[in-house]
Amino acid sequence: MASIDTTPRKAADDSDIPNISIQVEFSGGLEMLFSSQRRHSLSLPATEQGTPITIASLINHLCNHTMKDTRKELFILDDHLRPGILVLINDADWELEGEEAYELQNGDNILFVSTLHGG
Amino acid sequence: MESTNAAPDSARVEQLKAQIARTENELRELRAQLHELESSSSSSSTTQENHQSHHHAVETPVNPAPPQWKWPLKEEEYIRYGRQLILPTVGIEGQLRLKSAAVLLVGAGGLGCPAAAYLAGAGVGTLGVADGDTVEVSNLHRQIAHSTARVGACKVDSLVAYCRALNPGVTYVAHGEHLTPRNAAAIVARYDLVLDCTDHPTSRYLVSDVCVLLRKPLVSASALRTDGQLIVLNSPPAPQGSPAGRPCYRCIFPKPPPAASVVSCGEGGILGPVVGVMGVLQALEAIKLIAAGVGSCGDGSTTVKESSSTPSLLLFSATSATPFRSIRMRGRRPKCFACSADSTLTLEELKSGSLDYVQFCGVNTPVNVLRPEERISATHYNTILAERPGKQSVLLDVREKEHFDIASIPGAINVPFSTFQARNKATANGEEPRPEWLPENMSDDAAIYVVCRVGNDSQLVTQKLKEMGLDKNGTRFIGDIQGGMRAWKKEIDQTMPFT
Repeated sequence: MASIDTTPRKAADDSDIPNISIQVEFSGGLEMLFSSQRRHSLSLPATEQGTPITIASLINHLCNHTMKDTRKELFILDDHLRPGILVLINDADWELEGEEAYELQNGDNILFVSTLHGG
Repeated sequence: MESTNAAPDSARVEQLKAQIARTENELRELRAQLHELESSSSSSSTTQENHQSHHHAVETPVNPAPPQWKWPLKEEEYIRYGRQLILPTVGIEGQLRLKSAAVLLVGAGGLGCPAAAYLAGAGVGTLGVADGDTVEVSNLHRQIAHSTARVGACKVDSLVAYCRALNPGVTYVAHGEHLTPRNAAAIVARYDLVLDCTDHPTSRYLVSDVCVLLRKPLVSASALRTDGQLIVLNSPPAPQGSPAGRPCYRCIFPKPPPAASVVSCGEGGILGPVVGVMGVLQALEAIKLIAAGVGSCGDGSTTVKESSSTPSLLLFSATSATPFRSIRMRGRRPKCFACSADSTLTLEELKSGSLDYVQFCGVNTPVNVLRPEERISATHYNTILAERPGKQSVLLDVREKEHFDIASIPGAINVPFSTFQARNKATANGEEPRPEWLPENMSDDAAIYVVCRVGNDSQLVTQKLKEMGLDKNGTRFIGDIQGGMRAWKKEIDQTMPFT
C-alpha cells in the first residue's frame, strides 16, 4: 500500500490541466474535523505530475486544505488513513476499488465514515 | 360499616370457592393423566401435545377435554404470531424455525433492549442475554426495557423480566456477566445466532472471534450521537479459510482505531431513537436469517442457506437528507487474523486467555502533561476567588457549548476545546493575535484558569496557551482546575448538574 504524502504542494501552476468535480462527505463524527460540514464539493486537477489523481492525493488535499482542525492524527496516522475510518467510493468499500490507488473520476462521491462503537 | 363490607366479602368467598373448584378439577385431571400414563403399556410414543387425550374425558363429564391437537404450533401461538405467520418472509416454516432457534444478545443496553423485545415478541425459542452491568437512571432514555423501578438491578434480569411479560412462551437465559475470552465460547456455543449489542471495540473483536471459531452468524450494530451502523457478519459461517464464508469483523476492521479516537455514548451523547432504530434493525436481520434457514445441525454448528447478495454495511444518519445508505463491502480478507486459512486462532487459545483484547485495542490513559504547580484544586480556586474578590482573572471553560449551557461556574467564559484545534491565522510579524475571549484591558499578571469536564482537555489547553505566549514569560499564572467540573461538583457545589 502506497503511503500518503502530506507535505503541502503548490496547486497553482497547473492551470492548463482540466479539473474534475467530486463530492466528499464525512460522517460518524469525522465531520467535526472539517468545520462540522458533512458535504464538501471539490474541484481538483484531473492529473498530478502527468498521472490521474488518486484517492491518496485527495486525502492529502483534504488534510492540507479542507481540514481546519490541527489534529491531523485523527485523520491520518503513520502516513495512512487512521484505522477505524472507512472510505466508500460511490457507495462501495474502497477495498473493492483499489484503495489509495483508485483514480478519481469526475462526479465521484467519496464518503469517509468513522466506525462507531457505542450501543 | 359492616354492611358495606359484607358485599365484597361474600363476593370474595364465592370467587375463592370457584377457584378452588377449578383447581381441584385440574388436579383430578392431572391425576387421571398420570394414572393413564403409568398404567398404559401400549402407548409408548405419547408426546406432550397428546396429554389431554380423550380417555379421561369420561371421568370428567362436566368439562369435556378438547379434541386432540394436531398442529405444529400451540393454539395460542397461531393467535400470537398470526400477523407475521401470514407473511411470505416468515410463514409456518419460518415460525417453526424461530421457535427452534436460540439467539444470544451480547449487551442489554440501547441496542439489546429493542432487539430483545422484538425477538421475544416474534417467538424465538430461546433468548439469552449476556451483560454484567446494572441499570442506571442515565440509561433509561434509550434502554427501554429497563424501568425507573429497576434502577440498580442487573440489566440481564431487568431485560428478561420485560421480555417475559411480553412473551412468556420464550425460554430466557440470563448470563449476568460480561463476555470474556475465558467464558465466551461456553456461552456462545449454546446459541445459533449472535447479536453484538456491546459498546466497545474490545468486546466487538472478542464477539466476532468467538463467532468465527464456533461458526455462528453475527448481527453487529453500533450507534453514537445521531448515527448508526449495521452489518451482518460471518453469514454463512463457513470454516476458517473457506471461500464460501462471509467476512468477519476483523475482515472489515483489521486494525482497531486508536483508543483516543473511540468515543462512548457517555462522552459523545446518544439520541434514544437512533440506537433504538439500530437495535430494531438487528432484530429484523436476525428474524430474516432464522426464518430463511439458520438452524442447529445437531453438531453444534450452524448452517445458513446460501445467499447471493454481497455483504453490505447499512449507515444510518438521523440528520442527513438521506438517512439510510447501504454500502457494498468486501468479502473475507485473505490474510484475516481470525477467519483466513492462515489464521492460527483457536478455541483453545481463546480460552487460555492469551489473547489480550484490551491491549490490542489500546487503553486511553488520562492526560498528564502539566507540572503539579501548574494545577490547582477546585477548592483552592474557590478560595482564591473568595479571598481576592476584586482581583482580575479569567476562568476559561473549554467544554463544548452544550455542556457549558447546562451549568457552569459563575463568570466562566466558554471557549470549546475544539476551537483551540483550529488553525490560527498567522499575522504579518509572525506573532499570534490576541484571542478574542481575552479582555483587552487585562493586566499581564492577571491569571488564566482553565476548566473542563474531568481535567484532561484543560491541561492541553493550558499547554497551548503557554505556547501562544500568553503567560508573558511567567508573569501571568496559567493553570488548570484538577478534576474539572466533576471535582467542582464534588468539592464546592453539589447542586451543579454534571453531564
